[in-house]
Amino acid sequence: MDVLTDNFSTFGDGFLGTVELTVYASLLALALGFVMASFRVAPVGSFRVFGAVWVAVLRNTPLTLLFFAVLLGLPRFGLVLPFEVFAVLALGCYTSAFICEALRSGINTVPTGQGEAARSLGMTFSQTLSGVVLPQAFRSVISPVGSTLIALAKNSAIAGAFSVTELLGTYKTLGELGYSIIWTFVWIALGYLIITLAISAVFNILEKRWGVAR
Amino acid sequence: MAVDPLIELRDVNKYYGELHVLQDIDLTVGKGEVVVVIGPSGSGKSTLCRTINRLETIQSGLIRLDGQPLPEEGKELARLRSEVGMVFQSFNLFAHKTVLQNVSMGQVKVRGRKKDEADQRSRELLERVGLASQADKYPAQLSGGQQQRVAIARALAMDPKVMLFDEPTSALDPEMINEVLEVMQQLARDGMTMVVVTHEMGFARSAANRVVFMADGRVVEDRAPEDFFTHPESERAKDFLSKILKH
Repeated sequence: MDVLTDNFSTFGDGFLGTVELTVYASLLALALGFVMASFRVAPVGSFRVFGAVWVAVLRNTPLTLLFFAVLLGLPRFGLVLPFEVFAVLALGCYTSAFICEALRSGINTVPTGQGEAARSLGMTFSQTLSGVVLPQAFRSVISPVGSTLIALAKNSAIAGAFSVTELLGTYKTLGELGYSIIWTFVWIALGYLIITLAISAVFNILEKRWGVAR
Repeated sequence: MAVDPLIELRDVNKYYGELHVLQDIDLTVGKGEVVVVIGPSGSGKSTLCRTINRLETIQSGLIRLDGQPLPEEGKELARLRSEVGMVFQSFNLFAHKTVLQNVSMGQVKVRGRKKDEADQRSRELLERVGLASQADKYPAQLSGGQQQRVAIARALAMDPKVMLFDEPTSALDPEMINEVLEVMQQLARDGMTMVVVTHEMGFARSAANRVVFMADGRVVEDRAPEDFFTHPESERAKDFLSKILKH
């Protein structure tokens, strides 16, 4: 217990770091995933290709490798940003590929007749997508998107290896101070549990409110 | 009836891979005309109906709506589609919207009407199809016949120049067919230009100006309904009519 009470501010900083990473990267992943899913079902061929390449590259690259690519690669092209921002970029882009595919599978659950009816009324592609198809697709993707964001929260631990302050990284500081490594990890695990359970709770509420009624 | 042509199809051909589903189709529909398209399943009649607002693309030929060739996918096509109402076999009401929202949505998004104005027009149309009391329900809470009447109101809300009906009663229980046909009869009497793909021979006889009989991707006969039903010329039509009119 001492390890927690003695080092509350270290744990607190790490916990807040993980929360920040998770929130910002989630927002980026949701926004990019939404755009890429729109690209993948767009009537314009080059958009579809772009979306497919985006998903193929990001989903098939190990996240650690992606962190190296972003943190070491981008500065070579003159783009120098705080490590926290790089970490959000890497995490957000990586997760956007999974969000995109979840959304796309949701789009496929909406009967084609819905889109045809909208187009026959004279709605444009973007009106059809935003007004008719996506609102119905969202209902069936609430749970897979929730799982993807929980995975994102846990994946954020990799950022610790790149000197971003986050929860898992606290074990190094505390280990050096001679605290029991086992208890340190127990408290770290509990910290992650708080974050992931909070995400589950939010998505359970969303599903109750908006999920497919059967 | 060679009045103002509203829909013109010239030498239209369409393939699904090897299958030649529309073969050299020539068809003209004049303003105010009601054309019923009948034929055995697989004859291409639904496909024909869907090419008119380019839900199906064609490989060759020309389709003109009110003198304008159908444009490629994009804003211009969307504008043209808003002039062509369509009613589907499976209704296709927006499942996440109420009846009223279904009818108002196109008016607001496409016509740019204010919500109040659109809702008022929607209520008038729902009144006309006998469903004013169902305005706040969701499609899944209605019977098939009611859903199809909402779908007709939704298409009419755009003030279309022509209405396409793609087997509007084929998915309905027998006792619900009439309520939909009555609405269509009324539309025909009001002078709406209509293309109706259907198996309802009674409707063809009473409401159509012309019957177009299709088989194997071709227009085989194109005549006044009474002529067609009493003196079919082609063997294919005689065979078809003998099968459906016997019982």
